Amino acid sequence: MTTDTIGKAAEAALVESIRVAVPEHGIRHDLRAASVVWRRELIRFKADRLRAVTSLIQPFLFLFILGTGLSSLAGGRLPPGVDFKTFIYPGVLAMSVLFTAIFSAGSIVWDREFGFLREILVAPVSRASIVVGKCLGGATIATLQGAVFLALAGFAHVPYDPLLLLALVGELLLLAFTLTAFGVMMAARITQFQAFMALTQMLVMPLFFLSGALYPLSGLPGWLTVLTRVDPLTYVVGPMREAVFSHLSIPAVEQHFLAPELTWAGWPVPTWLSLAMVAVMGLSMMGVAIAQFRRTE
Amino acid sequence: MYPSAGSEDGREPVIVVTSLAKRYGAIEAVRGIDLTVRRGETFGFLGPNGAGKTTTIKILCTLAAATSGRAMVAGYDTATQRDQVRRNIGLVFQDTTLDNYLTAEQNLRFHAELYGVPKGALGPRMRQVLDMVGLWDRKDSLVSTFSGGMQRRLEIARGLLHAPHVLFLDEPTVGLDPQTRSSIWAYINELKRREDITIFLTTHYMDEAEHCDRIAIIDHGRIVAMDTPEALKASVGTDRVQIHTADDEQAIDALRRVFGVTAGMHDGAVTFSVPSGEQFVPRLFAELGVPIRAVSVSRPSLDDVFMSYTGRTIRDTEVSGTDAMRQMAARWRGRR
Repeated sequence: MTTDTIGKAAEAALVESIRVAVPEHGIRHDLRAASVVWRRELIRFKADRLRAVTSLIQPFLFLFILGTGLSSLAGGRLPPGVDFKTFIYPGVLAMSVLFTAIFSAGSIVWDREFGFLREILVAPVSRASIVVGKCLGGATIATLQGAVFLALAGFAHVPYDPLLLLALVGELLLLAFTLTAFGVMMAARITQFQAFMALTQMLVMPLFFLSGALYPLSGLPGWLTVLTRVDPLTYVVGPMREAVFSHLSIPAVEQHFLAPELTWAGWPVPTWLSLAMVAVMGLSMMGVAIAQFRRTE
Repeated sequence: MYPSAGSEDGREPVIVVTSLAKRYGAIEAVRGIDLTVRRGETFGFLGPNGAGKTTTIKILCTLAAATSGRAMVAGYDTATQRDQVRRNIGLVFQDTTLDNYLTAEQNLRFHAELYGVPKGALGPRMRQVLDMVGLWDRKDSLVSTFSGGMQRRLEIARGLLHAPHVLFLDEPTVGLDPQTRSSIWAYINELKRREDITIFLTTHYMDEAEHCDRIAIIDHGRIVAMDTPEALKASVGTDRVQIHTADDEQAIDALRRVFGVTAGMHDGAVTFSVPSGEQFVPRLFAELGVPIRAVSVSRPSLDDVFMSYTGRTIRDTEVSGTDAMRQMAARWRGRR
């Protein structure tokens, strides 16, 4: 069992040097901690290919099965040359990051049940660095997941325009970050994985349906219009659809019908404001999560 | 208050606990504990499940806040200087806290980053701790492929990675088979020899408490005795005598009549306690009046110590009560 390779003196010196050098609390140490929490998400994502594949099944079904099936019904209202699949593509793309982001935050609950969370919580680092690392980790893997789905854009007749792809990836990243922050905030209080999944599923499906992912936001009944404006997901799906349709060559009237500007009681909400609201939401939920993890028993 | 300890040789105190108490709602888990552990000591907290061992260790590790009292570890206050305390301690909990989806090395690297171990020192240090627990050749294996004993060894290695001053081991061998338990102890003893480290451990196994320099017996949230294992056993003051006779009932009767000693049947033998076994045995043969087939005299064990301070054996406390069940449920959940 003894180490032959390291001499006794060297060994003692090593123990001593490490002891002396373990740093006082500082921003560099916090960054290192956040980065390792982030890296762990990536390692686990890479190891779990099954999850990567299975979480693509649902958006895949929505796009190709529901999308194809409903296109005959929807065809009458769509301008010639515009596929229903193209219309729902931005919404389904958002969906592809939805579950991965929430599930990745849910691993906190999992870690708590399996004890690993304790290893993290007794470490001499700020709770903020752990939560930030976790939120960015979840955002990264969910965006990677979305990027896989983005590769299928051609099947929905969405052009592979570099600027468009860049805009979509940016919007996905923002969405994934906010969703992970939401999940982490929930996970801070929930101790059972089943409860976490049930609760988030209950919230996620309404968010998806109210976001206008599957239908245009124009000409809706008043009550539904209000609900769609309350749903934060709307403020990502809207800009994503705008981005896609601005890269298609269709008449302005049609574009206005299919991808209308978001309005509040008639006032058009600028895209930057939509996205900024989502970012602020994400950041504040992350703040709440940090505060919750700071509490001790 | 307690018998004074033999090993207080003037080394600086590393853990100082004063009037520590912790209340969970109506339950008083810890009711006023005082203790001092000095540098280099191996200090054992011995008591049944639910006695307050884990609560105390959680407070010392900054995982729980005390209701009242104070706990200093490595010179820092566990309530107000948490990060400094955390930097100076290593922890091995009774439930595993490894990430099963990572390899052994990835688990250690994760830990090193969280504790800010300098990158240059990490490689050799990782080799050193993995060698110490005999897992260097398994460093690239996923933790999920490890047996319970290997996982515990890896946790010990990880707890040492950042070269802490104090290593906390909460029931380090619980749930392991006897062979693995003794191998874990071989590693701990090796560790004591090689590193200048203070070890604070909890256990409800009597034989494990024997490895400690000093032990505190804790029951119902209070320390009822604290000293070296030898001193504690000496404090019991009686030896245990077991005899096999031709007629056990008659022998018990004669013991009471002739010697005024109350005996009972244990493990199929007449069992009783007397101050000095060796001196008693010759009188026994001469005066009992019942033929004796075999006799054995044993020094008091820590079991007897526990018995004499709490009025029951540790096994009595273990099988009764919902605590044991809760503990089992928690362990089952941890292992799943």
